[in-house]
Amino acid sequence: MEIKVLGPGCVNCQTLGKNVEAALSDLRLDIGVEKVTDYEQILSYGVMSTPAIVIDDKVVVSGRVPAKDEVKRLIERAK
Amino acid sequence: MSFSPFVDLADLIVYRMLGFAPTTRLGDSIHFFVLDTSKIFFLLFVIVFGVALLRSFFPPEKIKRILSHRLEFTGNILAATLGIVTPFCSCSAVPMFIGFVESGVPLGVTFSFLVSAPTVNEVALVMLWGLFGWKIALIYMMTGLTIAIISGFMIGRLGLENQVEDYVYQIKMADADGGTPSFRERAISAWSYTKSLLKRIWPYVLIGIGLGSLIHGYVPIGLVATYAGKGNPFAVLIAVLMGIPLYSNAAGTIPIVQALIEKGLPMGTALAFMMSVVAISPPELIILRKVLKPKLLAVFVAMVAVAIVIIGYIFNVIL
Repeated sequence: MEIKVLGPGCVNCQTLGKNVEAALSDLRLDIGVEKVTDYEQILSYGVMSTPAIVIDDKVVVSGRVPAKDEVKRLIERAK
Repeated sequence: MSFSPFVDLADLIVYRMLGFAPTTRLGDSIHFFVLDTSKIFFLLFVIVFGVALLRSFFPPEKIKRILSHRLEFTGNILAATLGIVTPFCSCSAVPMFIGFVESGVPLGVTFSFLVSAPTVNEVALVMLWGLFGWKIALIYMMTGLTIAIISGFMIGRLGLENQVEDYVYQIKMADADGGTPSFRERAISAWSYTKSLLKRIWPYVLIGIGLGSLIHGYVPIGLVATYAGKGNPFAVLIAVLMGIPLYSNAAGTIPIVQALIEKGLPMGTALAFMMSVVAISPPELIILRKVLKPKLLAVFVAMVAVAIVIIGYIFNVIL
């Protein structure tokens, strides 16, 4: 599984990055989170409002900061 | 809307518990501070959460589809109106701009959105409603929309498409579908947004209320009217020029403006000042420079500033 957090590095993006990492450690998954900060790449996923989570090249959340538990569900669903 | 519970609370804390006399300047200032602080933070929590929840139903990807290939003018009106409910933080300005342009939203329509989104927002509207009444809030909304529609329409007419950075036209976007969150998930995200927004703006609000309280208690009535009243033909112009470099949000600006109006600042001048503070700010311009060439950036600032000045003078005549 490949997980990316998209966002230029604003406060919300950092919060989301932390939530994703916390969710992964709760699920005992040893997966690195790639932070995508380049606008061109962010847009190539069709995301206009950051932050966003991309799991295996599919946008699962954009424009809001889901809590750790929701992130866990999203990861489980994508498995 | 009556705020008497907040007045009672401020009376209790300042006059009864702390023992300040209502008739002294210090007591009056502190009362103003306590009243506005409790009232504004209460409103911010309730309304920001409510609108954040509403916003989750209008993601920009959906707005982009609504605005794509719209005719001018109707497109400008629609874009400005959608700007009221959309999230707009400066870090989203660039991806939104590119996303709009890429999907065929006309440049002028995109600008209507760029002007409306930061200017006419729920924080500004509700604070105006709470502090001045619904009429002023409505006037502010209509005015903000008018400025967004007109300045966007004019920019569209100037044919400045070549003044957008070239790489913007080369980006190809996929059509993302961020999934449909449950109501609970929307509520949790909205709550997290509310907390992070309040965390970010509370110092501005407190400084704004603090300055407002000082003005309320210590500036003599008539002083403002003498220098910035209707008798000074340059007041609106100066207010707008002062407002552009200032960077604050509506929440921090409105308490100061409230106190200044009380001391005789005309409504049109006050609204023009507020709008120039929230509509144009240096950080936003630095971010927009990534997608706009300097000429278009300058046209954008000039157009919005001129529109605000004109509206300010009109309101000073009719209000």
